[in-house]
Amino acid sequence: MNFSLAELMVCAASRIFADEGEVLVTGIGLLPRLAASLAMRTSNPDIMMTDSQSFMLSKPNPVSGMANHEAQANENWMGFARIFDNVWSGHRHALVGPSQIDRYGQSNISALGRSYQAPKVQLLGVRGFPGNSISHANSFFVPAHSRRVFVEGECDVVCSIGYNPGRLPRGYRLADIDIRNVVTDLCVLDFLGPSHQMRVVSLHPGVSLDEVRDNTGFELAVAEGLSETAPPTEPQLLLLDELDPLDLRARQLKNNPPGNRTMEESAP
Amino acid sequence: MDKLVSASEALSVIEDGMTVGIGGWGPRRKPMALVRELLRSEVKDLTVIAYGGADVGLLCAAGKVRRVIFAFVSLDFLPLEPAFRKARQAGAVDVMEIDEGMLLLGLRAGAWGCPYIPTRIGLGTDVLKNAPDIALVDSPYDDKEWVAMPALRPDVALLHVTRADRRGVCEIAGPDHYMDDLFARAAGHTVVSTEEMVDSTYFHDPTVARRVFWERNCTQAVVHLPGGAHPSSSDPLYGFDVPHFKRYNQLLSEDGYAAWVAEFLGDGEAAYQDNVGGLAGIQSLPLPVY
Repeated sequence: MNFSLAELMVCAASRIFADEGEVLVTGIGLLPRLAASLAMRTSNPDIMMTDSQSFMLSKPNPVSGMANHEAQANENWMGFARIFDNVWSGHRHALVGPSQIDRYGQSNISALGRSYQAPKVQLLGVRGFPGNSISHANSFFVPAHSRRVFVEGECDVVCSIGYNPGRLPRGYRLADIDIRNVVTDLCVLDFLGPSHQMRVVSLHPGVSLDEVRDNTGFELAVAEGLSETAPPTEPQLLLLDELDPLDLRARQLKNNPPGNRTMEESAP
Repeated sequence: MDKLVSASEALSVIEDGMTVGIGGWGPRRKPMALVRELLRSEVKDLTVIAYGGADVGLLCAAGKVRRVIFAFVSLDFLPLEPAFRKARQAGAVDVMEIDEGMLLLGLRAGAWGCPYIPTRIGLGTDVLKNAPDIALVDSPYDDKEWVAMPALRPDVALLHVTRADRRGVCEIAGPDHYMDDLFARAAGHTVVSTEEMVDSTYFHDPTVARRVFWERNCTQAVVHLPGGAHPSSSDPLYGFDVPHFKRYNQLLSEDGYAAWVAEFLGDGEAAYQDNVGGLAGIQSLPLPVY
């Protein structure tokens, strides 16, 4: 069966939400949103999701091909101020794309370079990362696993709290922080290594552990039962067609590589 | 009480060094015509508080801004607002960069007359390191440390609404009023631009009255500016102007503010609207699909 790397990543990311129960899931960006939508349509129908604007939906909107918001399955009004009420309750799991992530699971979307007065590159700003990270579960989606993203030291601007003992607020334990998974174009990681060390859980088909290590700026733990990331199933791929009829997912990764590299090499 | 005034009259309350809160969110329902009137004025050294978009970018590019209190400045489909980015990278503005929710809490504290609101948000992050004027406090009820998000109290708030009457009763008919109600309550003086002027009887309909998110004693001036959110959206009347934002992005990232002024600003809102294809064109912009 043929599947793209983007589809493999989406399916891997959707598994993050399978056992979450009734939480607000927010996938920022097309592939994370597809992953959340796929989970809501398959493994966890209790997921709550918004239309990325101002309504909660009982059925996820497609990520492409929608002409307007008129026929969507609204459940309740959910303006931006009200999102925070839910975020701070803790019943949420966000899947977001950081520009940098460090060994502690701290992330950066604000700026590159160490100067606060004049950053080398201004990015988005901290947005909701500080509040998300201390309030509820967070996972990360990294389309290009490299040392530029998985930085050697701390992130240039630490936007979200992670498992860094040096930054732990008074009265908190590391176990109060809930950074779950990182899904990249090479592998799936979690933070269940010794002392919350980032750990490789599965490698995508055809990817070696050395390649992951070469592209990571810090040492990784490796899960005892290190496995190959499960390929998408036929029903999952059919659902992705329904959730993304214009196949925008094919335009998210450079050159839309196949999900199984060994198949690429053996192709005529 | 009749609060209907012209844009320049409404903005005459803004003096050098004041703090201005701007409603809307990114490219959505920004009081852009009021911002343009500020660009044409002599005012300077402003502190701007906003969920920022082109409003923050243009004010920075025009050299009106000393400090920005923000969580992001973005045009959504163009994630990085070009003019703010330039100003930041040049070190041209001071900033207080905080979480979106901290901004909400700061405005709420300002609106409620509290010196601060305790929150977990920001703990463990560089937000606190970079904003030494945000204090940590002990709680009388637990052993944790808490962020004391200080009250944000804009001298003036600028907001854009769908409809208003002359007394300052305002309807936001779009799907979200964002934090506009908090800006209106936290500010000492609120200036509202409106797409349409209506008679007070318009609000007798309870479904319309439900779309009024702050009371008229929080609004001090009303300016009638149809199309006044352009190039941001004014849902349900019109969407944001994607082609215009692309041109905006090109001008402000490559050619600079003066080139944008020459092509678009004009000496008043009528001239601006002529430069972007006219009011009818603005009002026919399709609503965005997310």
